[in-house]
Amino acid sequence: MNTMLQTAPPDCHPASVPDYTPLPELRALQLQRLQAVVALSWKQVKLFRDRMDERGLTPEDIRSLDDIAKLPFMKKGDLRDTYPFGLFASPMKDVVRLHASSGTTGKPIVVAYTQKDVDVWTSVLVRCFAGCGLHRGDIMQIAFGYGLFTGGLGAHYGAEGLGATVVPTSGGHADRQIMLMKDFGVTAMCCTPSYFLHLIDRAAELGVDMKELSLRAGIFGAEPWTDSMRKHIEKASGIEAFDLYGLSEIIGPGVGCECQRHQGLHIFEDHFYPEIVDPETGAPLADGCEGELILTTLSKQAMPMIRYRTRDITSILPGQCECGRTLRRIDRIGRRSDDMLFIRGVNVFPSQVETALLQIEGTLPHYQIVLTRLQGLDQMEVQVEVTSQMFNDQIGALQGLHDRLQGALDRVLGIRVRVALVEAHSLERSEGKAKRIIDRRGA
Amino acid sequence: MKIQQISIFVENKPGHIAAPTRLLAQEGVDIRALYLADTQQYGILRLIVTDWKKAAETLEAHGFVVKVTEVLALMVTDRPGGLADLLGTLDGTGINIEYMYAFSDVRGDKAILIFRFNDPDATIAHLLKAGVSVVTSEELFTK
Repeated sequence: MNTMLQTAPPDCHPASVPDYTPLPELRALQLQRLQAVVALSWKQVKLFRDRMDERGLTPEDIRSLDDIAKLPFMKKGDLRDTYPFGLFASPMKDVVRLHASSGTTGKPIVVAYTQKDVDVWTSVLVRCFAGCGLHRGDIMQIAFGYGLFTGGLGAHYGAEGLGATVVPTSGGHADRQIMLMKDFGVTAMCCTPSYFLHLIDRAAELGVDMKELSLRAGIFGAEPWTDSMRKHIEKASGIEAFDLYGLSEIIGPGVGCECQRHQGLHIFEDHFYPEIVDPETGAPLADGCEGELILTTLSKQAMPMIRYRTRDITSILPGQCECGRTLRRIDRIGRRSDDMLFIRGVNVFPSQVETALLQIEGTLPHYQIVLTRLQGLDQMEVQVEVTSQMFNDQIGALQGLHDRLQGALDRVLGIRVRVALVEAHSLERSEGKAKRIIDRRGA
Repeated sequence: MKIQQISIFVENKPGHIAAPTRLLAQEGVDIRALYLADTQQYGILRLIVTDWKKAAETLEAHGFVVKVTEVLALMVTDRPGGLADLLGTLDGTGINIEYMYAFSDVRGDKAILIFRFNDPDATIAHLLKAGVSVVTSEELFTK
């Protein structure tokens, strides 16, 4: 007998009731939805059907949830190869929305939604926000970019679905963001963690104390960030920071989110089925083991993704959360498998750089990693913006800061990298997402 | 008697000093003294300007990181030993000069030097007692 609470608390938002589905019921629902989505894709998506044929599989071979491991993976390249509509499983007349990536490398990634997909997307975001303790009466500022990027509109519909008052500022115009936060009495902010850091910094320059505002929660996503970064944000702004996870290929933001226990991110697994596999071999890994997160959309109609390789490295946390949700949790995602850098034979992740920088008091980590190749050797430079908190009128103090940063990076990374102090606001930002790595090794 | 000096962080790259000076020119702020402390990578541009508040606001509005520091402007006789005499008054006081540089104009036989001391207030009291001429900002900006 499971003694944990498996019924929804009476005061929970109606949309959150599925968060507490008893496990046997949840697993049965997942299997039923998995079989349906496999059947739909097999019937409608040529690429999927071809791959099933190669393996001699038909939808009837999926008889249990474990059978998911038989299915072929889908990768980001599949979306590029079938650009723009090759993975659609619904006719265009049923597609009510298209989103696309910024497409910095060639053609963008296109994703599609039926009305039901949009409704599911809204419902999972309502569950995210409700899990963060937000409700009707909260004033939520959405500073994710609106437009083709899934962040803005996704969070917008979710916040409206919750019953909150939405301030759709989209990205950019930091001074106006801060003015509205203050004048409208905004209680929750939704944006990328790096953009919020920028706002903290700018507010300080404008003489606005974030701790005196009504702002009490920040729901941050769309880029990996570390727990040290969370502590830094919470300390500097006096808010509670939540990690929101998602990716456009699956639905956008809202695949998973932290609850108020902050012990991992609940995956809304009645819609998105999580697995962890060895990133090298693709073999399934047990709960608690770190590997690549694989997601299957269980209810998506317009563009289902089956065993999609997210390239995000995490683990499924064993056991149930104290909050009572039956939904499994993944660990915070600090890195992606394709983020790993090989510098002179040593593996380096950008998250390690972030952790090192945050060890130094007073550093707001606006940073960028620049890779170059000099006489066949990889060179890594960490550029750190000098903010007003870090700036000192004396060269000696700046050299001291430089040396402390250098020391922390040496200790954490185990290799010597160059540290460069650069002017504030000089590092490139795109769509509010921090651009952490500039690779000039091929140049 | 203290003078407000503004300092900005600049990267050691072509054009990086031109940008802030151009902004000040647009706002009609006159730079009266300037000193660049530099390393291979970056530098600190220190400026004495006619309107430090306007200068700081303008630069900050354009994303520059600005620090306002209190410095003293001291009058020194423009003759061999003039500076040595002035510095001699500091001997044994524990007053530390963090940095110093020359102001642009010379008045008669007097030169003006800008000093950043570790404790400007205590230093003013000491210098006045020692008979050193401490220049006020009004005097400094009247040509």
